[in-house]
Amino acid sequence: MLSFILRRLGQSVLVMAAVSLISFSLFNFVGDPVNNMVGQEATREDRVFIRQELGLDDPIPVQYFRFLGNALQGDFGLSYRIKRPVNELIKERLPATLELVFVSAVIALVFGIAAGVYTGIRRNGWFSKFILSGSLVGVSLPTFIIGIGLIYLFAVTLRWLPSSGRAGIVELGWWKTSFLSVDGWRSIILPAITLSLFQLTMILRLVRSEMLEVMQTDYIKFARARGLSERAINFVHALKNTLVPVITIIGLNIGGLIAFSVITETVFQWPGTGLMFIQAVDFADVPIMAAYLCFVALVFVIVNLVVDLLYVLIDPRIRIAGR
Amino acid sequence: MSKLLEIENLDVDFLTRRGTINAAKDVSLQVTAGEVLGLVGESGAGKSTIGNAIIDLLESPGEVSGGSIRFQGEELRGKNEDAMRRIRGDRIGMIFQDPQTSLNPLLRIGEQLVETILKTKRIGQSEAQKSAIELLESVGITEARARLRSYPHQFSGGMRQRVVIALALAGDPDLIIADEPTTALDVSVQAQILDLIRGLCKSRNLGVIIVTHDIGVIANIADRVAVMFRGNIVETGEVAQILGNPQHEYTKSLIAAVPRADKRLHRFASVDYIDGTGDQSSAGLQRIDINTHWLGKKSQLQQTVAQSSEASAIEVKDLSLAFKLQGAILKRNRRMLQAVDNVSFAIAQGEAFGLVGESGSGKSTVARLIAGLHKPDSGSVEIIGQNVLGNQKDPLVKAARLNLQMIFQDPYSSLNGRLRVLDIVAEPIRFYKQSDNEKHTRQLVYDLLDHVGLGGSAALRYPHEFSGGQRQRISIARALASRPRILICDEPTSALDVSIQAQILNLLKDLQDELGLTLLFISHDLPVIRQMCDRVAVMRNGAICEIATTEDLFNSPQHEYSRHLLELMPRMDVIGG
Repeated sequence: MLSFILRRLGQSVLVMAAVSLISFSLFNFVGDPVNNMVGQEATREDRVFIRQELGLDDPIPVQYFRFLGNALQGDFGLSYRIKRPVNELIKERLPATLELVFVSAVIALVFGIAAGVYTGIRRNGWFSKFILSGSLVGVSLPTFIIGIGLIYLFAVTLRWLPSSGRAGIVELGWWKTSFLSVDGWRSIILPAITLSLFQLTMILRLVRSEMLEVMQTDYIKFARARGLSERAINFVHALKNTLVPVITIIGLNIGGLIAFSVITETVFQWPGTGLMFIQAVDFADVPIMAAYLCFVALVFVIVNLVVDLLYVLIDPRIRIAGR
Repeated sequence: MSKLLEIENLDVDFLTRRGTINAAKDVSLQVTAGEVLGLVGESGAGKSTIGNAIIDLLESPGEVSGGSIRFQGEELRGKNEDAMRRIRGDRIGMIFQDPQTSLNPLLRIGEQLVETILKTKRIGQSEAQKSAIELLESVGITEARARLRSYPHQFSGGMRQRVVIALALAGDPDLIIADEPTTALDVSVQAQILDLIRGLCKSRNLGVIIVTHDIGVIANIADRVAVMFRGNIVETGEVAQILGNPQHEYTKSLIAAVPRADKRLHRFASVDYIDGTGDQSSAGLQRIDINTHWLGKKSQLQQTVAQSSEASAIEVKDLSLAFKLQGAILKRNRRMLQAVDNVSFAIAQGEAFGLVGESGSGKSTVARLIAGLHKPDSGSVEIIGQNVLGNQKDPLVKAARLNLQMIFQDPYSSLNGRLRVLDIVAEPIRFYKQSDNEKHTRQLVYDLLDHVGLGGSAALRYPHEFSGGQRQRISIARALASRPRILICDEPTSALDVSIQAQILNLLKDLQDELGLTLLFISHDLPVIRQMCDRVAVMRNGAICEIATTEDLFNSPQHEYSRHLLELMPRMDVIGG
């Protein structure tokens, strides 16, 4: 078990090293950083001075290891645009994104699994068919259209919820949360639903097809023949067996939620890391882009590690192979 | 004695788009406590349907449309789902065919047992735990307390079936319905499980219904037997009477088709009673004259290479292969399975050589090594005097390989479902460029299909339109298409019914006679080996225990394991003749 975890950790380090190399290369390929930093009227001497100051004249490997060393300490340099340390900026924006992702992941999981189990068991009920055709909308419409549609309906027409921004923030130390006030909840609900819709339908369809398959197996038939109750069969015997593939997808999707929050945050002007990233792209703010890339990769790596460990918890057969 | 279960005039219908199928028609059965009733028939006879109908677990389009099912004097038909659930497990237990799949892989044995016990009895968790241990002990599982914490995959097939039996007994039922309980198990395990079921039946005074296609199982365990054919019960009675002196034509031919272990017959008796299934008996096939027929000619590739007629067809020396169970960087940490361990034998041309052993004995791996599907760790394989382990592009190796074809066990997965039969059979002809043009190829395919008893009209259809036996005929036609001298048959009939098995084996025998083929015949089924083979090798744990002529092996086995296998063979003494 321990060697399994260590092996996975080793692989994660490799992935992160590759990603850091890519983010580092941004500095050299997305235009000359000095040009982005200084104004039109800067003299040649100024430029040379900044170059030396930033160490841009050093050989590339030296620059890379310096970048890596700083990054390991959480230091991604100064934002070109805002002129503040990137790690501070991310730390400021991160709670907004994480809370948004958390709420939408919970929505996707709860409704996705519940609806998946329901449609799997009542295969031919009219409500199942209704849910399934509804889920097509979630799969086929792009996120920004859903977002704009929700804004139009709930904010513009019905005026129940705010259309954008993050209101009602309560500060807990450096962490700003919107969970502790009604306004906070009101402003998080639309972006969270928008972000969750695609994942929800994916989970729904996956759980449903897994359920259908599991219900055909011999052990379900044998459980019936032993006279176990429908509830025990559906929720203990069947659901547990659907979970292994579902967890894989969910794991990847939670990473995806953070990555895709870019679009949702833009539509709803949600002050998270995604919005910060889009703004950074507009201004070619390379330190922020590089840091964001590393951050998203780190999230994916961690989530996948957790997923691998969850497998082992759920399926004893994997325990044997991993030992 | 009062009747435990009485079924009268039961009809089961499956409503499908093509109309109603009567899976069971006018079926009447009785079971008394302490008695084992065997329900025997071939696939599609409706025997499982009856078991499922009793506990109201018919698959979706199926429904009971007439008759009555009385259990302990109580009518089961028309009971609602709740009432039926109290009967299932509590009063009627069920055992299914495949112990690999009938236990939930993600729950501990203990959890599954306790859950079932709690459902049927009003006792606490710790008492349920205790009675779970007792149950496991009663089905012969040692260290039951520790085993409760194990998962199903940590048990062997036979042990799992014991757990399944323990689960079926958890609610103290009065009737056990066992649906093919030993079909997925090895002979030695089969004998133990049958003993266990019979013992439980007598000690707990249970009524047992054993559903099986295997007459051997019936002969060993059942007190009475009911023979089913196409949804009807054609004959019921004491086992000795039915098997020894069958009255109905179908029973007679079914029993005759069971391969005999006691003496060798020239041909298998086929079940002539079966009609209209499209499988023609191979008796009426046109005979092939090897000297003039296409199948007898040598291909260009074979002609260029002079092949000695004295060399052994297959000669295997010191063949070894180990599979890696678990990889590791350090060699000492790797776990290896010695699948084939120093195996040597030689098969003369024209000989039928049998390879027999239980599952996991390595017999299929040997076949795959010879066919070149695996590479051995050490040893040599010669086909008609030519070492075939060298450079695969060497024309000599190619020519030797061309002489050898394989027929696989599962007729469903060994044919590509997206190709027409024509293309399946033509593939080796096209690959080895054995015909002059496409028209010639087609002609050859039609001819081959004729010879295996399918007829040329089969060529334009797809594999799923054929039954298991017919598919196996397609496999044989495909194997013959490259004009091999040697056929490797890996359990070619173990997925088939007895009657179909007889037809396929007869076909193989005929082809062997006509074409002078060499057969390497792999089977776990000793009676089949006896009928098919001249010499036999007995394998166990990757090594060969004994090689002897078939007659010697069956009359005076030398090795202890061979004797053990022969003893486990179901006794068929009751069958006269």
